[in-house]
Amino acid sequence: MTDLTTDLGFFQLKNPVLAASGTFGYGLEFEPFLDLGTLGGFVVKGLYYGPREGNPPPRLVEATGGLINAIGLQGIGVEAFSDKVLPKLRSLDTAVIANVCGADDDEYVAVVEFLDGREGIAAYELNISCPNVKKEGLCPALAAASTSSLVKRVKAASRRPIIVKLSPNVTDIAEIARAAEDAGADAVSLVNTFLAMAVDLETRRPKLANVFGGLSGPAIKPIALRMVHQVASRVRVPVIGMGGITTGADALEFLVAGASAVQVGTANFVDPDAAVRILREIEEWCAGHGIARIRDVVGTLRTA
Amino acid sequence: MLIDRNARLRETRNWGDYHLLGIDSPALGLKARPGQFVMIRTAGGPVPLLRRPLSIHDAGPDGIELFFKVAGQGTAILAGKRPGDPLDIVGPLGKGFSIPSAVAGRSVFCVGGGRGIAPLYFLARELAAAGARVTVFYGGRTVSDIPLLGKFEEAGRQVLCSTDDGSRGFAGLVTGLVEREVGRARPDRLYACGPDPMMKALASLARNAGVPAEFSLEAVMGCGFGACWGCVRRIRAEDGVGWTKICEEGPVFPGDRVVWEDRRA
Repeated sequence: MTDLTTDLGFFQLKNPVLAASGTFGYGLEFEPFLDLGTLGGFVVKGLYYGPREGNPPPRLVEATGGLINAIGLQGIGVEAFSDKVLPKLRSLDTAVIANVCGADDDEYVAVVEFLDGREGIAAYELNISCPNVKKEGLCPALAAASTSSLVKRVKAASRRPIIVKLSPNVTDIAEIARAAEDAGADAVSLVNTFLAMAVDLETRRPKLANVFGGLSGPAIKPIALRMVHQVASRVRVPVIGMGGITTGADALEFLVAGASAVQVGTANFVDPDAAVRILREIEEWCAGHGIARIRDVVGTLRTA
Repeated sequence: MLIDRNARLRETRNWGDYHLLGIDSPALGLKARPGQFVMIRTAGGPVPLLRRPLSIHDAGPDGIELFFKVAGQGTAILAGKRPGDPLDIVGPLGKGFSIPSAVAGRSVFCVGGGRGIAPLYFLARELAAAGARVTVFYGGRTVSDIPLLGKFEEAGRQVLCSTDDGSRGFAGLVTGLVEREVGRARPDRLYACGPDPMMKALASLARNAGVPAEFSLEAVMGCGFGACWGCVRRIRAEDGVGWTKICEEGPVFPGDRVVWEDRRA
């Protein structure tokens, strides 16, 4: 039996498989399909302070081997989350991570201050990288300076660890990761979706009402893997890797490239029990390769 | 809700682009209610990536039936499946049609347009079993768009059909046929599934006639069980109008809750 415990520095996960924000609802949606307690953890859908409407439909369009979404972070807000959802998550033996959003820096701080008053949250994942809420995909994660100032403010306000979720829509993602680390981030997670679009040739209209959306799924895996490796080579804080993971082998490639843990995203839509299957496949691979501890796989890429 | 990875295609029938699949899946068949749907994998690999939502055409202790029209890559792959092929299905999903216990002896209209007829076979069968007097309205552009006419008739349903080109039955939109029959004898309930303009017209017709009506809506879906928030439509609730997930709160809604918009195709 491989020891799957994963050390994120600020806390331990029972295994390295998390479900990614925006693809796992508030967790409860998946209870008919899997035992949430088997996961290392899950990141709930992005939380603004108040409820949020999101974008008009069409919000989804398939790409070859992928999915472009422009949901626009529709959600219930911190109060409904804390009152209606969180009490049901507290009894679970898994790490519940709250994904924190904001229209401006003040709102990120307000969300964290509100949630700090509630129990049952292991950490915050700062969503500074959603491409679907401002024109042309603007978000704080596109520049080191805006990343740094926001992370500093939230870190100062929070009693919990901060994971900063990075955008791949930048020239040098490692530079942004360094800015987050220097500003006090306890970990970084990457990648969020790639800014993308789709055109209906017959009508010559964009297929998404929002015109642009974020591409996820197997189509982005090789680029996500490259970025995870670049970031892991440049920061000391743990890296949580994601982007198109659909199998245990995919997840292990991210660990080898330097991620301490992984998040499973779009695969949850296709197979609602995907995260559990991926965990089982990781275990099987480790058993077949005589791996004593999963952490011994992390960052073992041979480049020489 | 469950994932049946041991479902198996038992039989197929097709009429041009319209396909009927009989699927062995006792687990799904026993749980399914009229108006619910399934999410079905089409390809074994990542293209197309997502499952396809299909409403349940009929269900029983052995499994379910699905009826669909080929509309793209996913449904084309599904149409090419052969008896004996394994299928991977999540379901039954969503909330179906409501069948009030007081429906016995009442007159009920079930209106289907094109592939929208799919869920109404199961519904009409359950309504008839509950003692309702069921009239099925089945409309299409032309006679080849109403291939299930014989199936409904063989099941003993009273069916009125329409075609836009007059090649079979009432000549014109099915809404015109329904309007005529509502004028002759007002039904006690109306259920419909089909293109949005058809359902919008029926919602207005039912409201003006004071007939309670339920509509099964369609949307592009990512997951089918409420996790992706991709399949929203404008739905009225106690606290106002918002983007509501069709998969989770629907796909069936009372007519007065749906905000009928002119959506581009």
